[in-house]
Amino acid sequence: MKKLSYPFSAEAVREFKVGDMVLITGKLFTGRDAVHKYIHDGNKPPVDLKNQIIYHCGPVTMKDKKTGKWTVTAAGPTTSIREEPYQWEVIRDYGIVGVIGKGGMGQKTLDACKQYGCVYFHAVGGAAQVLAEKIKSVDGLYLEEFGLPEAIWELSVEDFPVVVTMDAHGNSLHKEVEEHSREVLKSVL
Amino acid sequence: MTKKVAKKVAKKKAVKKLSKAKTSIVDSLLELIRITSTVIPDDIQKVLSTSTTQEEPNTTASYAMGIIKDNIELAKFKSQPLCQDTGTVIFFVYHPPGFFQTDFKDKIKKAVTEATKKGFLRQNSVNSLTGENAGTNLGEGHPSVHFYEHKKSNVEVKLMLKGGGCENVSAQYSLPDTTLGAGRDLEGVRKVVIDAVHKAQGKGCGPGALGVCIGGDRADSAYYAKKQLLRKLDDSNSLPELDKMEKEIVSTCNKLGIGPMGFGGKTTLISCKMTHANRVPASFFVSISYMCWAFRRQGIVLDTKTNNIKKWLY
Ligand code: SF4
Repeated sequence: MKKLSYPFSAEAVREFKVGDMVLITGKLFTGRDAVHKYIHDGNKPPVDLKNQIIYHCGPVTMKDKKTGKWTVTAAGPTTSIREEPYQWEVIRDYGIVGVIGKGGMGQKTLDACKQYGCVYFHAVGGAAQVLAEKIKSVDGLYLEEFGLPEAIWELSVEDFPVVVTMDAHGNSLHKEVEEHSREVLKSVL
Repeated sequence: MTKKVAKKVAKKKAVKKLSKAKTSIVDSLLELIRITSTVIPDDIQKVLSTSTTQEEPNTTASYAMGIIKDNIELAKFKSQPLCQDTGTVIFFVYHPPGFFQTDFKDKIKKAVTEATKKGFLRQNSVNSLTGENAGTNLGEGHPSVHFYEHKKSNVEVKLMLKGGGCENVSAQYSLPDTTLGAGRDLEGVRKVVIDAVHKAQGKGCGPGALGVCIGGDRADSAYYAKKQLLRKLDDSNSLPELDKMEKEIVSTCNKLGIGPMGFGGKTTLISCKMTHANRVPASFFVSISYMCWAFRRQGIVLDTKTNNIKKWLY
């Protein structure tokens, strides 16, 4: 088990290899379809994403009526491949060093990870409760107008469990597993 | 999970309520929704546990299975959805002759609205033309309700919550399939089913479970495939040839090495259930309904006098 702690950096994530099991402690920014499209359309993100991690997640959140404080009640990853057209630009232009999601991403993102120093972390799909437990506080909410699941949530997490499935050296576990299983498939068909 | 939480989980009993006092059908349906969304059925839990022990320790596969296990315990303990995608809400209602379907459907809608307010269901229903989410989980075709008349005097209600990720990797093939060398026979069926599992990789939040229908027109075929997911995982098919194929497909798919979440590993598939339907000579469809590890389906028998839940079906 490896650890990654805030502040994050391209150097730190370059140390990881596909298959590494990592616990992340620090800051995460959620961002899914609307946010990626918004940035792709030429808008500046409302937060500085340099050396930050983006989490493909539309959390279920609740606001305490008295204190006005937010809590996250479910926070599993959403399918990442939908951001494939945009992700490489966000890595290039805003210097993010990590992407968390599920299902993996494609060649464009893999190339950008290698070129700029970024890693794709796979969270366990469907593990909404375990992952929500790792969120210690909600520190900010941006682009609320996109609707709560689509907004950017600034979260503090502790020991958030992920697996590196695309590293900064051009390796993709998704590719490896796909190729290996294709070989087996040929032999059983 | 911390020891403290685990202890509390163990202490919490009678999660599925069975009470004697008179209640409303809507309340019983709401309880059905709550349990379906937050508690994994015993038959599935059992198979997931066995699979977990089969993975090598300290691998990404056993890591993923461990997180899944913790998640199952935590969801039950907190009475919160196992997965935030609470899926398409599909009801199967089995009733005696002379049953008032319209009225029952209204009660289902009420229970769904209430379950959404309480957070057992996410606001998960979007108008396909306007993109609007009314936030109630009601709308054209939602919830999906199917009625069947049966000979018993009681009313049975089954509920399935079918997630989007696993629905997206579900598939329908038309035989023959020349690229796969799959002909119009059982061997051809076997090939396309395994191909679908390979194509899905980890994207359907595997380890997955399959419902398969051989034949039927496109619509019925897909529906019957999905209905196979209502079968208990430990049952056996009454048709020997299908029973054999179900087992064979599971063991072959587990050789693919896709593993939980597609991380690689031994557990790719936990179950395969198959059925068949007649077809016209010109077509031969094979439909595959893929269910994720968060396999949410439950059922109840309603007490017709008190409206209480008489029995849980899974
Ligand atoms: S496929 Fe299943 S476990 Fe995965 S996100 Fe969808 S509903 Fe949840």
